[in-house]
Amino acid sequence: MTKPAIKVEGLWKEYIVGHAQERHDTFYELLTSSLKAPLKRLRKLGGQADETERFWALKDVNFEIQPGEVVGVIGRNGAGKSTLLKILSRITAPTKGRIEVRGRLASLLEVGTGFHPELSGRENIFLNGAILGMTRKEVARKFDEIVAFAEIEKFIDTPVKRYSSGMYVRLAFGVAAHLDSDVLVVDEVLAVGDSVFQEKCMGKMGDLSAGGRTVLFVSHNLGAISRLCSRALVLNAGALSFDGATGDGLTHYSAITKGSGRGHTSACTGPLIEKAGVVSVSINDSEEIAGQVFKPEHMIVLAITGRLHEALREFRVTICVYKGDQLIIGMHDSESPTDMPAGLFESRFTIPAYFLSPGEYSVDINMYSDYVGQWLVAKSFALFSVSTEWYSLYEPNHGMGLINLRQAGTREGKI
Amino acid sequence: MSANQFQEQYFGHHHVTVIEPTKGWRMLDWRELWAYRELLWVLTTRDIKVRYKQTVLGAGWAILRPVITMVIFSVIFGQLARMPSDGHPYPVFVYAALLPWTFFAAAIGTSGGSLVGSSHLVSKVYFPRLIIPLSSVGAGLVDLLISTGILLLMMLYYGVGWSWNLLAAPLLLLAVIFTALGVGTLLSALTVAYRDFTHLTPFMVQIWMYITPVIFPLSLVPERWQWLMFLNPMTGLVEGFRSAFLDRPFDLTGLSISFVIAIVIFLTGVAYFEKVERRFADII
Repeated sequence: MTKPAIKVEGLWKEYIVGHAQERHDTFYELLTSSLKAPLKRLRKLGGQADETERFWALKDVNFEIQPGEVVGVIGRNGAGKSTLLKILSRITAPTKGRIEVRGRLASLLEVGTGFHPELSGRENIFLNGAILGMTRKEVARKFDEIVAFAEIEKFIDTPVKRYSSGMYVRLAFGVAAHLDSDVLVVDEVLAVGDSVFQEKCMGKMGDLSAGGRTVLFVSHNLGAISRLCSRALVLNAGALSFDGATGDGLTHYSAITKGSGRGHTSACTGPLIEKAGVVSVSINDSEEIAGQVFKPEHMIVLAITGRLHEALREFRVTICVYKGDQLIIGMHDSESPTDMPAGLFESRFTIPAYFLSPGEYSVDINMYSDYVGQWLVAKSFALFSVSTEWYSLYEPNHGMGLINLRQAGTREGKI
Repeated sequence: MSANQFQEQYFGHHHVTVIEPTKGWRMLDWRELWAYRELLWVLTTRDIKVRYKQTVLGAGWAILRPVITMVIFSVIFGQLARMPSDGHPYPVFVYAALLPWTFFAAAIGTSGGSLVGSSHLVSKVYFPRLIIPLSSVGAGLVDLLISTGILLLMMLYYGVGWSWNLLAAPLLLLAVIFTALGVGTLLSALTVAYRDFTHLTPFMVQIWMYITPVIFPLSLVPERWQWLMFLNPMTGLVEGFRSAFLDRPFDLTGLSISFVIAIVIFLTGVAYFEKVERRFADII
């Protein structure tokens, strides 16, 4: 048996968090506390703190990753994902536990770490390479590849402060992606840049994993996780709550996110959030909105129960079905926006699975009122996959074109 | 072990990295530092390249700064205050001391705030943190070389100082570098935890200059108290520089005291730095 590339045993990490600002009601209190404050701060900075100020960011995390595995780490904000990556990249030390990393580990926690705005693209490639642990020779060997990836040939000797943000990000990711490491740790870096760039990065990450690289990938983009990773780790409040196949991991994740918070409104963003919200979503009458697998002959029926806090004129619900980061289908629940009373409503969308090529899909839910001119969106709300089984109706080479799903969705008011 | 083996050990494909909690004092991992020498070089050259970007005079500032300081000091202390200079022309006398002093002051000034200034690196990527204060000390070496050239020109002009004593200069310089590294690493680590040092350091440098015989000769201090002055390693080193460049006998006792203390400061600075290094990312 091969030895694991990463072995994490009983990992704990404790942080000391500062207290909220104290209030001073009288001048005397202000005076005495500001005299005492330096002493208190000295104690705190020295590492001594009251029990209440301590906080466990990771609690007894154990896992092993075999060489060549591509593992996604998911969890809500504050679940400990970034802390785990920081410990793995040796930026911060664990409080308890032990980690073994076999081979060279490169971490990409941020795009463009150490880029200096005054230096040229060329100088920054060498600077950034050295910071990421590449030798000068290595960078020189990969130099042309990096420049080609970033598409900045013409501007290679221009200071990067004159770069557009897109050029900057492409260059930065290019350097990191060409690092010759055995284990690659990536944190949410794909959140930056336009969709073309993201697609390019995803492609590069796919190449890396196909080349036998062990990859640990943290993202909130569940579509990207399901596309890239074969295995998922779900962190919940510092503890590892799931370790297994990506599909099951996403189901588990959606279960723990559903369990807390007020309905789903927390996942919605946009100005319309004051007036409307998503109450529940089901796929084929199942609450399992992540990880379902459909054969091409299946119908996928997505039912969204929403609530309008007030009557809205010219209202419409739209879903966008993405494959990876590419929009495949957009669907309205009514041909034109209609006026809706306050209260619950249900929108149903029916997608024949054979419209979709095999793969993983994520669904964004959009609500829009033309009249008030406001929208809200719930990103990557549902996830499902279409299996690769062949079906007589499904011919992969029938060409590409626009799909016009005339009145595929319906909506009706509920009491 | 050859350089390549070090490289293999830290960046190799078969190397196993063990990550564990660390507590207390630990030895500096010299080999790891050596494996990362290219990063030190890259960061040092970055600091040098960036320093005079978008200035009109560019590297001319490296020449002007010490010359202007020397002129001001010569006028105020040499001409107006009639400061004794052991019989040497005051401009050369003060410049020979300003040479190590300016380097030292700039080095501890920049390296003190270097870690905090590089917090974006410290919190995002791993490398031996010692490289950051090291590189800011290293970047000052170029200025030092340039101002040494000016001193040699001044010696030609005044026709003083050409002797075998000059050969001691590199050794003295090394001692100054080590003292600066020690104080610089200590201050940089302290500044991470206690930002008070950002405000404290400039005063410290100022006071330190007045307890070092830069603008005045050591002979101004009563002889029985001179040993006390040598407890400040910069005293021995500044006086040593004068001896080297002005063809005077070396005060070997004083110099030895300063050397020993320089080494102690260096070891203390690095040891403290290593002790707190792994907490940097959490508190920076």
